[in-house]
Amino acid sequence: MPSATLIGQSVLSGVFIGALYGLLGLGLSLSWGMLRQVNLAHFALAFLGGYLTFQLAGRLDPFVTLAVTVPLFFLAGMALHWFLSRYAADMLNTLLVTFGLTTIIESAIQRIWTADFQRMESAYGAMRWKVGAFYIPFPEAATLLIAMALCGAMWALLRFTDFGRAARAMTEDPAMAAAFGVNEKRLGYVISGLAAAFAAVAGMCLALTHTLAPVQIYAWMGVVFAGVMIGGLGSAIGPLAAGILIGVSEALTMALTAPTWAPLVSFTLLIAIILLRPARF
Amino acid sequence: MRAAGGFVLFGLALGAIPFLGLPAFYETFLYLLLHAVVLATSWNILSGYSGYFSFGHGAFFGTGVYVTAALVAQYDWHFLATLPLAAGAAAALGLALGAVVFRVRALRGELFALLTLAITFVLATIMLNKVDGGPGIQVMTDIPRLAPTASGALYLLMLAIALLALWSARAVFYSRFGTGLFAIHDDEDVAEVMGVPTYRFKLAAFCLSCALAGLAGGIHAVFVSYVTVAETFSIALAVNVVLMSALGGTRHWLGPAIGAIVITALLYGFTAGEAPVLGRALVGVILIAVIVLMPEGILGKLLTPSPRKRRARTNSGTEPELRSGNERAPSPNSEPMLVARGVSKSFKGVQALVEASFEVRRGEILGLVGPNGSGKSTFINVVSGHYLADGGSLLFEGEELLGRPAHRIARAGIARTYQVPRPFAHLSVLDNVALPPMFGRVTMDRASAEAEAWRWLEFTGLAGKAHARPAELNLHQRKFLELARALASRPKLLFLDEVLSGLTPTEMDEAIRLVRAIREQGATIVFVEHVMRAVMELTDRVVVLTYGRPIAAGLPRDVMRDPQVIDAYLGGRMREEGSIYA
Repeated sequence: MPSATLIGQSVLSGVFIGALYGLLGLGLSLSWGMLRQVNLAHFALAFLGGYLTFQLAGRLDPFVTLAVTVPLFFLAGMALHWFLSRYAADMLNTLLVTFGLTTIIESAIQRIWTADFQRMESAYGAMRWKVGAFYIPFPEAATLLIAMALCGAMWALLRFTDFGRAARAMTEDPAMAAAFGVNEKRLGYVISGLAAAFAAVAGMCLALTHTLAPVQIYAWMGVVFAGVMIGGLGSAIGPLAAGILIGVSEALTMALTAPTWAPLVSFTLLIAIILLRPARF
Repeated sequence: MRAAGGFVLFGLALGAIPFLGLPAFYETFLYLLLHAVVLATSWNILSGYSGYFSFGHGAFFGTGVYVTAALVAQYDWHFLATLPLAAGAAAALGLALGAVVFRVRALRGELFALLTLAITFVLATIMLNKVDGGPGIQVMTDIPRLAPTASGALYLLMLAIALLALWSARAVFYSRFGTGLFAIHDDEDVAEVMGVPTYRFKLAAFCLSCALAGLAGGIHAVFVSYVTVAETFSIALAVNVVLMSALGGTRHWLGPAIGAIVITALLYGFTAGEAPVLGRALVGVILIAVIVLMPEGILGKLLTPSPRKRRARTNSGTEPELRSGNERAPSPNSEPMLVARGVSKSFKGVQALVEASFEVRRGEILGLVGPNGSGKSTFINVVSGHYLADGGSLLFEGEELLGRPAHRIARAGIARTYQVPRPFAHLSVLDNVALPPMFGRVTMDRASAEAEAWRWLEFTGLAGKAHARPAELNLHQRKFLELARALASRPKLLFLDEVLSGLTPTEMDEAIRLVRAIREQGATIVFVEHVMRAVMELTDRVVVLTYGRPIAAGLPRDVMRDPQVIDAYLGGRMREEGSIYA
C-alpha cells in the first residue's frame, strides 16, 4: 500500500489532469449539445493551439500568446460552423467530416513541427510551490484555475444572460426557438467560435503542461469524450466535474496498480454509467 | 446460381496469380489490396447496412492479430489452428461491446462511434500490459505450402477470406436479415415496430463483421511477422476503412471493395513515393469531399436508377381477394380482442394516460377520439411497444403485451400507421411495403413478400410508384404508403393514426373506402381520427379520451351526444347548443 502522501499527491495530480480534460471537453460539450455537431477536430485544433503557443513562446509569454490564438481560433470556429451547417447535414456526417479535418491538421502539424515530441521551454515550467507535504506545480495549477474560470463563466453566461436563454432554447428545439425570434444562425456561429476559442486556451495549457506530438491528438479523444458524455451534453460545468472524477480515478489507478492501466478507467466509468443509467443517453 | 459461378471463376482467376512466377512485389501488393477489401467489406456489414459507424474496426482486427501472434509465438500453436480463435475472440469482443451499447436508445449512432473509437485505446492498453509487454511479438511459423512462395501462400489465404467476406456481405445484402439492417439504418424505431428484431440483428451483424476482421488479423500477424501495439491498434486503419466504404458506397455489398482498391492503390502510390504525410492529408481531404459531394459513394451513384428507366410492372397482379363473409364478424357484442386495464404512462410529470381501461372487440372498427393531447397517440405507442407503460395490463387475445419488445408485438399480429408518415427513406416504395410481411405474423421470404407487397400497392393505388423513393410521393400517397405497409403484414389488429388528416375531401373518400375494404377482410381496426364525419361513418363503437382517461364508450351517435364529451371538446358553454355532431 502506497503512503498517504503518495495517495494525496496522486489525487492532486488527478485533479490537475482532470482540469485539462474538462477544459478540452467544454468546447466539445457545447458544439455537441447545442449545435449537434460532434467535432472530433476539436482535439486537432487544441494541439494546433498548443503548437502555436510553442512557436510563439520564444518571443512572447505563453499567456500573452492567447491574445493571438484566441481571436484566430474564434474565426476558425465560425468558419467550421459555416462549413458543417452547410455541408454536413446530420450528426454522423459532422463526425466524419471533422475526422477528415483531424487527419489534415495532423498532417500539417507533422509537416511543420515534425512527428517528434516537442517541449515548450518557459519560465513557468520550473515554478512550483510546496504546500505541506505536497508539491503544486504552477502550470498545472494555472490550468485548473483557467478551467474553473472558463467553465464557471460559461455556466453563468448560459444561466443568467439573454444569450444563454436563447442558447438553451435552441438546444431544446432549434425550430421553435427560431420561431420565437432567436437568431439561431448567429447564435450557432458564436457558440462554435467560443468552442474553438476554448480549444485555443486548452492548447496553451497543453503546451504548458505536456510534451506535444501529432499522434497525441488521438490519445485524448477517448477520455475527454467519456467525460463529456458522463458530464452531460451541452453542460458547461458537467465535463469539468466528470473530467476531475476521471482524472482522480486514473491517478489512483496508476498509484495503486500500474501506470499502463490508466486508459481503462474512463472507459469503464462510461460503460458503468450506460449500464446503470441508460435513460441519460 | 450465377453469383456462385461468378465467385468461383473470380476466385480461380485470382488464385492462379502466385503460380505465374511474377515478381514477389505483385503478390504483396495484391495481398494488401485484398486485406483492405476484407476490412472494408466486413466493416460495411454492420456500419454500412445498419448505419452504426464503427471507428473501432482496428480493435477487432488487432484482436485477431494478437490472438494469432500470442498463440503462435508463446504457445507454439500452428498458425492455421489459431485462425478460428482469432475470429472468435474478435466476435466475442464485438458481442460484449454491442450488448452494452445497443441497449441505448437515444444518441445511439454517435455513442457507438465514440465507444468503438475508445475500445481501440482500451485494447491497446490491455495488450500492451498483458500480452505484448512492450517490445512487440515476433511471429515465426510454418506457412502452409499452398503456393511456390510464402507470400504467395498468404495471398491465397487472404483471397479465400476476401471471397468469404464478399460472399457473406452479398448473402446478407439479399436476405431478410439485410433488409432488416437497411430498415434499421433509416428508422430503427419503425423497423422494430414492423417486427424487425433490431437488437438481435445489430448484434449478429456486429459479430459477423468482427469475426471477419479478426480472421484477416490472424493472417496479417503472420504477414507482418513482427507485431507491435502501436502499429496494430492504429486509428488510421479505422479511418481508412470508413473512407473506403464511404467512397465505394455503403449501400451496396460491393461498394466497400471498390473503395478499398482505389484508396489502397492511392495510398500505396504515396507511401512508395516520398510524401507519406501528404498521403494522410489527402485521405482526410477525400473523406470530406466524399461526404459532401458524393454521400452515396461511387457505386451508389452508378446504381441509382434514373426515373425514366423505371417501369411499373405491366401485368398487374390479382386484386387482393376479399375473404368470404364468414370470417367477418362485426357484431357489436363479440368477444374482446384487446383489453386495456389501468394502463398508465407519464412523461416527466405529464400524465398522458391515467389508468386507461377499455377494450377492442374482434371484428369492429373502434373509433378512438378525443381532443389533442388526450393520449390517443400515446396509447398507440404503448400498444405497439414504442413506449414502455408505467403500469397496468394490456391483454391481446389473452396474452400480456406490456413489457414485450415491439417486434414481438408486431409478430403477434398488431400493426400501426404513423400520423406523420415515417417511410424508410432509402428504400423503394416496393421495399417499404415488402418489409412488414418478412417480419410480421407470417414471416415470408423475400420473393413472396414482394408478391404480397405488389398486391397491397395495387390495393392502395401505388403500384405505379413501386420503384420510386418515398421522397417522391406527395402527402396523400405517403399516407397510403403507411396504410399499404401496415396491411402487408396481414395484421389481426390495425391502428390507424389520423390517416385522414391533411387529405382533400376526395382523397378522404378514397381513404374511407379503403378502410372499409380492410375491415371486409377480417381485420379489427382502431381508428384514431379528428374528422368526425369519418368517425361517424366508419366506426361501430367509439371511445372518448380526455386527459389520458376514457370518459365515454358506446355507439358513435350516443357517445357524441354525451354531455361530458361535449364538455371535453367544446367546453361547458356549448352543451345547450346541441351535440358536436348534429
